[in-house]
Amino acid sequence: MSNNYFKVIRAGINTTFQDKGRDNLYHIGVPFSGAMDNRNYLLANKLVGNELDLPVIEFAYQGPLLKFYGDKVNIVITGDVVFKIRQNDKEIDGNCYETYELKNKDEINILSTNKSVYGYLAISGSFDLKLQWGSCSINTKANIGSNDGKKLEKDQEIKIYKVNENTNKKKINYLNSKIENIRIMKGTNFDYFSEEGKKVFLEKEYIVSKLSDRMGMRLEGPKIENIVNTNIKSEGLLKGVIQVPADGNPIIMLSDHGTIGGYPKIAVVASVDYDRLVQISPGSKIKFKEIELSDAETLFKLYEMETQNLLSQI
Amino acid sequence: MIKNISNLGDAALYCDFGDEVNKEINSDVIKYFNTIKENNIKGVNNLTPSYNKLIISYDLKVTNFREIKQEIEKLSQSEDTKTIGKNLEIPVCCDKSFSLDMERLEKKLDLKREQILENFFNKEFFCYMTGFIAGMPFLGDLEEQMRAQRLETPRVKVPKGSVGMTEQFANIYTFESPGGWNIIGNTPLEVFDSSKEKNPNLINPGDTVKFKQITLEEYKNYNEQ
Repeated sequence: MSNNYFKVIRAGINTTFQDKGRDNLYHIGVPFSGAMDNRNYLLANKLVGNELDLPVIEFAYQGPLLKFYGDKVNIVITGDVVFKIRQNDKEIDGNCYETYELKNKDEINILSTNKSVYGYLAISGSFDLKLQWGSCSINTKANIGSNDGKKLEKDQEIKIYKVNENTNKKKINYLNSKIENIRIMKGTNFDYFSEEGKKVFLEKEYIVSKLSDRMGMRLEGPKIENIVNTNIKSEGLLKGVIQVPADGNPIIMLSDHGTIGGYPKIAVVASVDYDRLVQISPGSKIKFKEIELSDAETLFKLYEMETQNLLSQI
Repeated sequence: MIKNISNLGDAALYCDFGDEVNKEINSDVIKYFNTIKENNIKGVNNLTPSYNKLIISYDLKVTNFREIKQEIEKLSQSEDTKTIGKNLEIPVCCDKSFSLDMERLEKKLDLKREQILENFFNKEFFCYMTGFIAGMPFLGDLEEQMRAQRLETPRVKVPKGSVGMTEQFANIYTFESPGGWNIIGNTPLEVFDSSKEKNPNLINPGDTVKFKQITLEEYKNYNEQ
């Protein structure tokens, strides 16, 4: 164990440790969890020279203010994030995707995610975290994961297990592309909805509600008329599944979703759009666009190649 | 038998075993679930069995719908699906402090408390699935006369260990959680133990469950033995 740690001066709105998530536990009721925006998670670890599956700090909207105590550590922020670094009473504006070396008593102040939701802080090395079922990922609703399954709190310490020596300063130019059109495939209950309801779903705009979190994204907009049954026999859910409850407003399941649900599934978000979907902030508009399974598979392959390409440039 | 396989998005297979909810269909779902788990199919990263569906999630970086569908169809031709299930007894205390919705049930079902409890504790339940919240078992089937709708307004907090009824099912709240089931008692037993790396669930799909009524004193002493 190293003597380095962060003190949490301000915790931020929803600051948690996340990694790649946990597999093979849906059947007992434990969701996948893990970093919401997978590409930015991978880029963060790569920039600080880590293995790609190490835990990082994920924050939403307003991030934490952390004070570093110890020798030194390299850090990076990914996402579309406004932050400042205070060193020797001097404050500088930080750039995302650029590493910084923190020394004893330096501070990093993560002010906000800019027209987006999630950002990531990685250190060169590893945090001292307890894994649960192979992952540190915190699910605050079920109190699962490191930090007793709770989000970070003011005044707590974040212990650093190990700091990597000899890490170089690294930087890439990367701009997060924003999307409004979310590509989807028809869900297993698509025909529960009237012709008019289907048309509304595929053609009208929806607004992302403030009630969105890591479990789900609630949408507000024209109601989608159900003509069969507003309930189905409870069955499994996945991230990206769009359910329409009796009130006619769609809900998109996100990474911490309940594993079983009883509302009809009108559609499922294509994997290619998941990272960008979760970054759409409340109040923004979104629209759905139907694609075929084969297109979704190809598009994901291209997205994955792009991610690998970005990683290889670091 | 799987009646139909379709895609649920681009990273999951949706296996449909029919529309009915009964033990036979559900046992079939669970057999498939166990067989697939044992076969360690490349790329499969989650399985969600429910009453009459099985959802198989996979890593789209490693495999795709066509490949997993082929693997599953290969399995379905073999008869090599084994039966499962253990018998469990779950202690439940129905002291007034725990049976939060007994009065509501008495009215809704038009049965006396004693009859409700007699029916409940004589019943042998079958675990159809677990989930919603970690480890929560969905146990069936209650007789027609014991079936009540869920609360009109769900509770914001249902205490941990609460034993509830809704329609033909009974369940156990493994955590304090929001919920709308009719609560008749509470178990001192740890039904989900998150500190266990393996098998944190006490009750698994395919298990047979009987509830045993205990007194408040037995409840209080339960974890001190």
